[in-house]
Amino acid sequence: MHLFTLTAVEAAQALQRREISSVQLVRDIYDRIDNVEPQVRGFISLLSREEALAAAENVDRMLKQGVSLSPLAGIPMALKDNICTNGIPTTCASLILKGYRPPYDAHVTTALREAGAILIGKSNMDEFAMGSSTENSAYHLTCNPWDLQRVPGGSSGGSAALVAAGEVFFALGSDTGGSIRQPASFCGVVGLKPTYGLVSRYGLIAFASSLDQIGPLTRDVQDCAYVLEIIAGHDPRDSTSVSREKERYTAYLGKEIKGQRVALPVECFGEGLEKEIKELVMGALAKCTEVGVSVYEASAPSTAYALPAYYLVAPAEASSNLARYDGIQYGLSIRSGSNLLDLYYATRSKGFGAEVKRRIMLGTYALSSGYYDAYYLKALKMRTLIRQEFESIFKDHDFIVTPTSPTVAFKIGEQKDDPLTMYLNDIYTITANLCGFPAISIPCGFVEGMPVGLQVIGRPFDEGRMLQFCYVLESLLGLKGRLAEMKLKEE
Amino acid sequence: MQEFETVIGLEVHVELLTRTKLFCGCSTAFGAAPNTQVCPVCLGLPGGMLPLLNKTAAEYTIKAALALNCTVTPNLTFDRKNYFYADLPKGFQISQFFYPMGTNGYLEIHHNGESKKIGIRQLHLEEDTGKLSHFGDIISSPYSRVDFNRAGVPLMEIVSEPDIRSAEEARLYLQKLRTILCYLGISDCKMEEGSMRCDANISLRPVGSSELGKKTELKNMNSFRSVFRGIEYEVERQRTILLSGDSIIPETRHWDEAKGITRAMRSKFVSADYRCFPDPNIPPFPVDTKWVESIQASIPELPDAKYYRFIEEYGLPPYDAEVLTGTKELADFYEEVLTCYREPKTVSNWIMSELMGHLNAAGIGITEAKIKAKDLGKLLQLVGKGEISGKMAKSVFEEMFATGEDPELIIKKQGLAQISDEDTLDGIINTVLAANPQSVQDYHSGKKKALGFLVGQIMKETKGQANPQLVNKMLEEKLKSS
Ligand SMILES: [Zn+2]
Repeated sequence: MHLFTLTAVEAAQALQRREISSVQLVRDIYDRIDNVEPQVRGFISLLSREEALAAAENVDRMLKQGVSLSPLAGIPMALKDNICTNGIPTTCASLILKGYRPPYDAHVTTALREAGAILIGKSNMDEFAMGSSTENSAYHLTCNPWDLQRVPGGSSGGSAALVAAGEVFFALGSDTGGSIRQPASFCGVVGLKPTYGLVSRYGLIAFASSLDQIGPLTRDVQDCAYVLEIIAGHDPRDSTSVSREKERYTAYLGKEIKGQRVALPVECFGEGLEKEIKELVMGALAKCTEVGVSVYEASAPSTAYALPAYYLVAPAEASSNLARYDGIQYGLSIRSGSNLLDLYYATRSKGFGAEVKRRIMLGTYALSSGYYDAYYLKALKMRTLIRQEFESIFKDHDFIVTPTSPTVAFKIGEQKDDPLTMYLNDIYTITANLCGFPAISIPCGFVEGMPVGLQVIGRPFDEGRMLQFCYVLESLLGLKGRLAEMKLKEE
Repeated sequence: MQEFETVIGLEVHVELLTRTKLFCGCSTAFGAAPNTQVCPVCLGLPGGMLPLLNKTAAEYTIKAALALNCTVTPNLTFDRKNYFYADLPKGFQISQFFYPMGTNGYLEIHHNGESKKIGIRQLHLEEDTGKLSHFGDIISSPYSRVDFNRAGVPLMEIVSEPDIRSAEEARLYLQKLRTILCYLGISDCKMEEGSMRCDANISLRPVGSSELGKKTELKNMNSFRSVFRGIEYEVERQRTILLSGDSIIPETRHWDEAKGITRAMRSKFVSADYRCFPDPNIPPFPVDTKWVESIQASIPELPDAKYYRFIEEYGLPPYDAEVLTGTKELADFYEEVLTCYREPKTVSNWIMSELMGHLNAAGIGITEAKIKAKDLGKLLQLVGKGEISGKMAKSVFEEMFATGEDPELIIKKQGLAQISDEDTLDGIINTVLAANPQSVQDYHSGKKKALGFLVGQIMKETKGQANPQLVNKMLEEKLKSS
């Protein structure tokens, strides 16, 4: 049996029982990478085998000495390339940060390092996390391991593909409008966007600060709970990080979900949703009712305006967040011109890709004097309205359930030149970002051999109960921890 | 000829005396090697977030708002002001655009015994930028260097209403502002070191008009004197243009201290639109009443209150009160001298002429002076009691200023004490009279001038230490009775 087929927790338990070593895990993972990475291309940069092995040996030594380590010590993983790693290139898949090595670790990087998890590499993404297919990476495409002709989703497409292809046991992504959940759905893995403020954004290269959140992409729900436990928690370096008691998410797993109430917003099951996906989601919920969950229809009419509100707020913040890439201190700097303005024009014209430029222009326009009230301020009001509607649903329901995406993974190149269609990929996921609520996508079946995701949205900081619910659902569906059945050359 | 009224509004930036920057733990100390007091946050590195607000900076700003009679915002919020420049590491400056810390205040200036209120439109907290250095002129410099030590240092901006009517009023406003901020201990307000910077919006309008004329913004004035000179020059320049029938081009102009002129700056960017929006990384911070009350309670007596009290309580002329309340330390010094010697006007004269003369000559402030207030009081007591003459007191003062020694000690050491002992004087007078029989005779024959000669002889005999009033009195008595 190949070790890479284990879930992170299975591998960790075998490690703690000393049946296997971290060195063995790392070797197996690198062999797997050698086999499948040329086709998947989920990494944007890969650490050398020697480097990873050195870290693994360290963990093995400590285990041997009986040092008590975190449950995920010795487990190989990947970080999205917008999460800062001290001395290791962090590019946001952009030319403007080509070769940029941050002088510090992000909060989550430190947390995982201290937990003993082994960084294997940085995963590909849409440039600055703007996109839904990872086709906006300035470096290369990433293919969906379930069908190499298709996209892995985005923007955390590299993270999702690597987990699905067995190249790492888990990965972190970031989610601004669905960037963890949609690729999780496309690649048949579990993806969680935590409550805004639960995980520190210190060291996450910002796209839209009021929406961004870091979260795990894992093989199953249990892995997700373990990873979340490590990365969640207050960090004074992020003033939006919420100060609250650390929670034991894993303690929720295995408890029954009888009596829980689920709401289905009618707006998320109408036009634009593929019939087969709707049937899979309804089928999954039917199984829930068998274990005592009640399902109700609900309505959140303002969600119709979620997409326009999102495409004002996110680009507006992005236009400001990306102003620092000016060629002065770091990253690409084209200094052939005669003055400062020339330097700005040349560097930013060359350094940013088309989608990033499009959003910077959208955002700049939305914030311009005379338009601010009509666009940005109105979008903020819409945000409040959507949140209020969700809060009122949550008054007498535990969760909101929707499909994660209206379609399965589409063909590479299919939507590349049609940004508006591309934006519709996020239609069910962006509301959670606009409200700051936690949301998770778990696999609920297949359409034409491609995975389909089901999204569960919860109350703020209710991740524990969400994981409890999804853990039961996952076992009811029998889809736990399935790797992509890749038609790849095996050794 | 057409008469014009000058309309000036000042925008003043002051660096706050906090130990650390506004949003990170980096030091704000002045003079460190370039780019040594920096971190991912203030450098604006990718992923560098904004940590907790420096509460001291917020407190200082609220203190200033209260001292300048402003309404304090109930919620502390920060916004982003977006523009591109090489000294701005994040491509935006964090400022308070929508809800400034304080609004609708004023301060009072005193000029020729008259008082005038200058409105404060708003006062807010923001981050400072880095500092660029060029090689010679900015245009011809082949490259520029940037030091980010200053980036993120808390900066307070105070915007006046266009209530200022002359260069002199501008200077008085600026001095009063500095005095108040120094009283509060929140900024050292050194224009030469850049911890206080001033830009002036200047326009002219026909006398009687209530509309504002086209204005220019004057920058690069690095001392109180250059603020005065720069504005005077710019007002004259505008007057000449308007009189010739031309109109003013609204532009930013640079004060050239060496040439004594203002020059139009080549506009770098047409960036009228800063696209301000609330900073999504900084949640609003409530300013509760209790906090404001405790800040209010920590504000010392401010210069205006002191000014009016000095006039009222000590009967000082307004000019003296203005000078003595110029700094808190000087006012405190004055009042400490008064506790030893309660002659307010005499003490004021001594401080304003002798003490300030010496301070200015030495180029130091009152806090660096060696002389102690109690000792000055003691010296004045001795003068008052006639133990030393005013002239001697000045030489004792000089020694006190130089060494910080007790005046009695100095007097003893130099043998300067006045001879007021009648027995001692009696002997000396007898000797002088015996040595000058001709003068005694002259006196008795009506030549009153002889008395002056005899006093002179006695003073000479005592090396000037004899108490002159006493000598006069004793000599006349003796001559009359002989
Ligand atoms: Zn710093």
